[in-house]
Amino acid sequence: MFSEANVALLQNIVREDLLHAIWETLYMTFVPTVIAFVIGLPLGILLVTGEEGGIRPLPKALMKALNVVINLLRSVPFLILLVVVLPVSKFIMGTTVGSPAMLVPLSIAAFPFVARIVETSIREVDKGVIEAAQAMGASPFQIVWKVLIPEAKPALISNFMVALITIFGYGAMAGIVGGGGLGAIAVNYGYYRRRQLVLFFAVILMIIIVQALQSAGNTVTRKSDKRIR
Amino acid sequence: MGEKIIELQGLCKTFGTGDGAVEALKDIHIDIEKGDIFGIIGLSGAGKSTLVRCINLLERPSSGRVIVNGLDMTALSERELRKARQSISMIFQGFNLLMQRTSLENICFPMELAGVKKEEARKKARELLEIVDLPDKADAYPVQLSGGQKQRIAIARALASDPQVLLCDEATSALDPKTTQSILELLKRLNRALGVTVVVITHEMRVVEQICNRVAILDGGVVQETGFVADVFSNPKTEAGRRLVLPEGEKIHVLPQNRLVRLVFNGMAADEPIISTLAIEQGIRLNIMSADTRSIGEKTFGNMVLGLPEDETEAARALIYLREIPGVTAEEVTDYVQ
Repeated sequence: MFSEANVALLQNIVREDLLHAIWETLYMTFVPTVIAFVIGLPLGILLVTGEEGGIRPLPKALMKALNVVINLLRSVPFLILLVVVLPVSKFIMGTTVGSPAMLVPLSIAAFPFVARIVETSIREVDKGVIEAAQAMGASPFQIVWKVLIPEAKPALISNFMVALITIFGYGAMAGIVGGGGLGAIAVNYGYYRRRQLVLFFAVILMIIIVQALQSAGNTVTRKSDKRIR
Repeated sequence: MGEKIIELQGLCKTFGTGDGAVEALKDIHIDIEKGDIFGIIGLSGAGKSTLVRCINLLERPSSGRVIVNGLDMTALSERELRKARQSISMIFQGFNLLMQRTSLENICFPMELAGVKKEEARKKARELLEIVDLPDKADAYPVQLSGGQKQRIAIARALASDPQVLLCDEATSALDPKTTQSILELLKRLNRALGVTVVVITHEMRVVEQICNRVAILDGGVVQETGFVADVFSNPKTEAGRRLVLPEGEKIHVLPQNRLVRLVFNGMAADEPIISTLAIEQGIRLNIMSADTRSIGEKTFGNMVLGLPEDETEAARALIYLREIPGVTAEEVTDYVQ
């Protein structure tokens, strides 16, 4: 494993590709997560407020359809989804290879997941507080904006981190079908060319990034939660 | 008769449909006057919470009308209803403060909803903190406050919209007796100082006794009795009323041959020693079977069950004597169940 050729290859990768790969990995993690939240946050809120007995009930058929779409997208394995939506990537991003092309499948895979975890966070908001706001004459929009989101904020931040790390993992898989980043290095050098040293190196780097993201997330969550003395 | 502020007319509320339907409220008629502290008392499941939620339409009545301040609440559009709710505040057993906001921000919340300027709102919130005696807790989060302090903040928040009516849904039920006392005193003070009409929902007699001037007894979704607290509590006329007011009544073990008399004290002078006077002056000895009395100020309230002597003439004399005491009603007990 530590043969001269392997070490030389690793040194070469570190010198030539590493910084760019880390950048691409972070890019393929953060951008889809943010897109997924932009779509998933309103959907998740709608799943709670729109149900029967919610603060703004929507037609049952619409809620049913929304649930079916989310479940459907969530049950497709990511690798399959990745291949299936490549034409969509081509249409939107103009290419099917490289990190930009991966943003489309990553976002599509992530937003239903985000919608579900947002739904859970919003459901945790004390019903009594919502009732109090209604008793004060708050409109449904005011309840969402001034009660649900602020009260669920710590849970939402914590869930953002869960989504970020899940998408980080998906992003590494994207290396298989032509995406970039650390995942691509691990797959191309470590797996296809059996350079285990490179494989381990890439994996360890990914572990470090996940750990760093998670502990940063924990700190922010803790700081934002006023229920902790 | 004062001016009516809340009128419930033939209010009914049914949950569910078909066989599973539950009638929570049946044909409720209640009038509450401006400046009242009106108690609605009942055991759990009596429909009290549903009733109070019908006043601000958190529950929509199945039929009947709810008139608050001259407005028929059931006829309003969503937008009008939201506007009307701003003059009907509510406090809760669980306080229901926003956990991610400070006390001050919690108090500002209803003003934010109404579009009051931020500076103005903060100024008023500080004044309200003074009123509820917590001026130093402006920047504390709810988690840092005790139950009593949380309820004070909730009261301050409720007052922020200058309400005409304050609905209290078991507002002291989660608090210890001493804190309950201080919250009740605060409510009484606010009622006097601001003229806000207070509706108190509770299962505790002593809450009603302490602050309410009028009361309705709710049982099985029906108003069993209503009137001034002194009248209703000194002489409950219905089964439900007796169950609430004389909770120990049914539990005494009684010898069947004894005749019993129930004394209801309604403001008799507290230092009057009636039992011993009867024994010393008349030579009549009575058995105390049960007693639940308390002195409020200089006067006695509550009830007592006495066993009359077996001798018929002595029993009759005792009854005559007892009936002549001012501030006491004496009634022979016939409804005892062993």
